[in-house]
Amino acid sequence: MHTPHQALADRSPFKGKFSGPSAFVDKLQAYRLLPFDFERLDGDRYFLTNMAGEFVLASRPELQQIVDCSLSPVDRLYAELKAKHFIESGNSLAAPELLAVKVRTKADFIRRFTALHMFVVTLRCDHSCQYCQVSRQSEDRIAFDMSKDTAAAALDFTFKSPSPQIKIEFQGGESLLNFDLIRFIVEEAEARNSICGKDLQFVAASNLVPLSDEILSFAEGRPFYFSTSLDGPRDLHNRNRPRPGGDSHNFARTGIKRVRDRLGIARVSALMTTTADSLARATDIVDEYLDAGFTGLFLRPLSPYGFAIKTRQYYNYQVDQWLEFYKSALSYIIRLNESGVRFQEYYTALILRKMLTPHPTGYVDLQNPSGIGISAIVFNYNGKVFASDEARMLAEMDDERFALGNLTQNTYEEIMLSPNLVDPIQVSVLESVPMCSDCAFRPYCGSDPVFHYATTGDFVGHKKFSPFCRRHMGMFKHIIGLMESSASTRELFEAWAWN
Amino acid sequence: MIVLSAKIAHSGVTATEPFLARCTDNSELPRALAKKQFLVLHDNSPAPPGFLGYLSFGQDARGPVGSQLVSAPVTVSHLSEGDVIRINPAKSEIRVLYRRGSNQNYLLVTERCNNYCVMCSQPPKPANDDYIMDELFELIPLVDPNTVELGITGGEPTLLGERLFSFLRHIRCYLPRTAVHMLSNGRRFQESAFASAFAKAIPKDFMVGIPIYGDEANLHDFVVQAHGAFDETVLGILNLKRFGVRVEIRVVLQKGVVERLPEIAEFIRRNLLFVDRVALMGLETIGFARANIDQIWADPIDYGDQLKKAVVKLDSARIRTSIYNHQLCVLPKELWRFSVKSISDWKNEYLDACRVCTRLGDCGGVFSSSPFRLSRGIKPFLEPIHSFVDNRVVPVGVAEPLLSDGCLSGVPAGRGS
Repeated sequence: MHTPHQALADRSPFKGKFSGPSAFVDKLQAYRLLPFDFERLDGDRYFLTNMAGEFVLASRPELQQIVDCSLSPVDRLYAELKAKHFIESGNSLAAPELLAVKVRTKADFIRRFTALHMFVVTLRCDHSCQYCQVSRQSEDRIAFDMSKDTAAAALDFTFKSPSPQIKIEFQGGESLLNFDLIRFIVEEAEARNSICGKDLQFVAASNLVPLSDEILSFAEGRPFYFSTSLDGPRDLHNRNRPRPGGDSHNFARTGIKRVRDRLGIARVSALMTTTADSLARATDIVDEYLDAGFTGLFLRPLSPYGFAIKTRQYYNYQVDQWLEFYKSALSYIIRLNESGVRFQEYYTALILRKMLTPHPTGYVDLQNPSGIGISAIVFNYNGKVFASDEARMLAEMDDERFALGNLTQNTYEEIMLSPNLVDPIQVSVLESVPMCSDCAFRPYCGSDPVFHYATTGDFVGHKKFSPFCRRHMGMFKHIIGLMESSASTRELFEAWAWN
Repeated sequence: MIVLSAKIAHSGVTATEPFLARCTDNSELPRALAKKQFLVLHDNSPAPPGFLGYLSFGQDARGPVGSQLVSAPVTVSHLSEGDVIRINPAKSEIRVLYRRGSNQNYLLVTERCNNYCVMCSQPPKPANDDYIMDELFELIPLVDPNTVELGITGGEPTLLGERLFSFLRHIRCYLPRTAVHMLSNGRRFQESAFASAFAKAIPKDFMVGIPIYGDEANLHDFVVQAHGAFDETVLGILNLKRFGVRVEIRVVLQKGVVERLPEIAEFIRRNLLFVDRVALMGLETIGFARANIDQIWADPIDYGDQLKKAVVKLDSARIRTSIYNHQLCVLPKELWRFSVKSISDWKNEYLDACRVCTRLGDCGGVFSSSPFRLSRGIKPFLEPIHSFVDNRVVPVGVAEPLLSDGCLSGVPAGRGS
C-alpha cells in the first residue's frame, strides 16, 4: 500500500504554476480524532473500529501515536485512518458528514420497521424434537390451531407496519398441518396487498412431512417459500428430531427435492439446530448440506432453552465447545472454496457484511437496538403477541415477560408501545450497556435482551459472564484473524460480504 | 479524425458579427424553411435560390448570384443535414458546433475553472467568456430534437451560476427527449441551496460526471491543485444525491492515483455506494497532461493489477463500472467486459500497427492527440475470433450511450470577432 506522499515522492518536480504533492500534505500534528474504539486482538496487535464499523489494525506503539496526535502524515496508517474517518484535518464537514451517512445507513432497519411477521398457525406436530419447547402431539384442532378470526386480526396488525417489505412466516408446531388456514391467510394478505402494494412474501417453516401436490400447486406462481430443518446426516438428524414411524431425515430430503423439482431451487432453504450431539460432527453436517445440493448453511448456536432456562445456568464451556465446532466447520468450508467448491457459512457472511460493507443486515438476533418486535414479531395461535420466537418459547415455560398483548383485545399502538417491548429494547441499546459501550466490536454485535433475560434474569446481564458476548467475541476475533492472515481467505470473505 | 474548424472564403455575406446557421442537404425545402438554413452543396448538386446561404467545398464558392456564398476546404465536407455551423465573416472562419450524425456532441460553456488539474486536457482560461453562453442559447433551438445525447463541459460549468440553470432549462424546453451529461468538479454543489436549485433546473434524463482522485484529501487536492477541493467535491456529491441528481464518479488514471486505486475504489463503495456509476478513464495526453507528462504518465500495462483490484471491488458492490479510453491490448482480459468504446469519433484514430488487428472493431482506439505518449503494450491481435467463443467485448455503455471524454465540439478559441 502506498501513501499519497510515497506514491508521488519519486518523480521529477512540477514546474511553473504547479505545486508538487508535498504542498498538499497535512501539516504535522494537525489532525483531530473522530470517535473510535479499540481492543487488543492478540499479541501486539490492536483492532480499531469507528462508529460505522470500518476497522484498522495497528500495533501498540502506532495506537499510542494515533491518540497522541503524533502520527506523521506520511505514515502508512495516516491515509488509511483519514480515508476511513478515524481522524480528520482542516475545517471541513466532509468527514463527519460521510460518517453520519454511514451510521444512518447501518441503522436503516430501524426506519424500515417490522418486516417479519410470524404466524403460529398451529402447535400440533408429529415430531418431538429435543430442543423444541412448544409443539404438541395432539389431534385437538380446536385447542391448538389458530382461528380465522385471529388470523384476520393478525393480518390487520401486519398491514399496519410501515415496512415496504412484508414477510409472513408460518410457524408451528408443524405449520402445514393447518394448511387450510395458511391458504386463507395468503389469499387474504394478497387481497389486502392489491391496495397496499408492498413487497410481500410467504415462508412456511415445515418439516415437510405433510407436503402435498395440493400445497405445491398453491405455492406455484406466488412468492411462497419453504424453510425446513436439516440438522445433519441421517443418524444425527433423526436423533435430534424423533417422530412416530421415524426417519424425519428422509422426509426432509425428499421434501426438499420435491419443492425444487416443482418450484425451483430458490424456493426451499434449510436450517440446522446445533445440539450437544452435533458438536463433534462439523464436517459431516457440512457434507450433508453439500450432498443435499445447498450452497451454504447457517451454523446456529446451541439453543439455551429448556434446561438452561429453568436453571438460569448456561456455561461458558458450552460456548467454547460451540466455538470449536464453528471454527472447524468454517475451516472445512474455506478449504472447500479453495478447492473450487462454492459454499458459504451464512453466520460468518452476515458478520462480514457488517465489517466490510456499508449495508445494514436483516438478521434480527444480531441487531442494535434489538430487533425484537421492531424487526420481527410473533402472533401465537391463541392471539397472543410476542416480541420474538424465543419470547414465545419462554412463555411456554410460564414466563410471559415478553408478551406484548392480545390481537383481539389490544390495539397496534398498545402492543408496539407495551413496556414489555419498549423497556428491554431501551435498556439494552449497546451504546449504553456496560462493557458494550466501549467495545471495539460493538458495530458488528447486537443486543439480545430475551436471551440475557432467559439466562440471567436481566435484559442486559454481565458481559463477562454472557455466553452471547463470549460467542460473538470469539467469532469476531476468529474471522478477523483468518482474514488478516491469508489473502485468499480475505478475497473469499470479501465475496461473501458483498454477495 | 474529423476536422471541426477551417478557414473560408465568402462573398455576399451581409453580417459582420459571427452567426450560427443550420445546414441542410435538401435543395427542395419550401421557402419558409430555406430562408433560415445554409444549403450544403456537394459536387454538382443544384443550388436553387431562396436559402439563407450556400456552402460549397473546394476552390470556388457556388450558389445563386447575390446570395451569401461560403466556400470551405474539403476537410469539412462531412457537413450535412442538421449540422450547425458558426460563421465568422471577419476572421473568415467556419466552426462546427453540432453534428447531427455524432453521438458525441459536447458543448463547452465556459473556459474558467476553480481547479487547475495537473492533467487537464482543456486548460482553463480566467478571462470573462460570457459570450460563449450567448451563442449556446442560440444553438440549442437549432439542434435536432431527436438528438440522443448532449454533453456539457468546461472549464467548470457551475461557475456560471444562475446562467447555467437557465441554460439547462433551455435544453429541457427545446430538447425534451435528449439525455444530457455534464462534467463538473462538483465543488459548488457543497452549497445546499445551489445543489437544490440545480436539481430543479436539470433536464429529465441527466447525469453529472464528477472526478475523485483520492480516498482522502491530500492526493486529490494535489491532483486538482486546490486546497479543500476534495471535501467540497465529496459534500457536493452528497448534496446532489440528496436532491435526486444522478452522479457518475470519474477517475482519470495517472501516476499517484493508480497506486491508490484499490483504496479509492474501497472509499467509493464504502462511502458513496449510491452513485450511479464509476468511470475509470485513460489519460488524454494534451493540454496540461502534455506539459506534465513525465510527472503524471502511468502506462496501462503497469497498472493492470491495480485496475483489476479496483474494478473487482466496485463490481462486487454492484456499482456500474466502466473503463474508458483504453486499448484492449493493454487491458487484462478479465476487464474487457468493462471496457467501453468511448473516444469521440472525431478524436479516435487507430495506429498503423493496429490495421491488422482482429479486434479493432471492439477496441476503444487511441486519441488522435495521444500518439504523443502511448503504452508500451500496444500490439495487434492476430488470431481470428471464433463466434462460438464468447470472449468478444460487450460494451457496457450500449444501453445508455454516454459521452465519455472531456472533449468538446466547436471550441470558441477566443473572443469572436
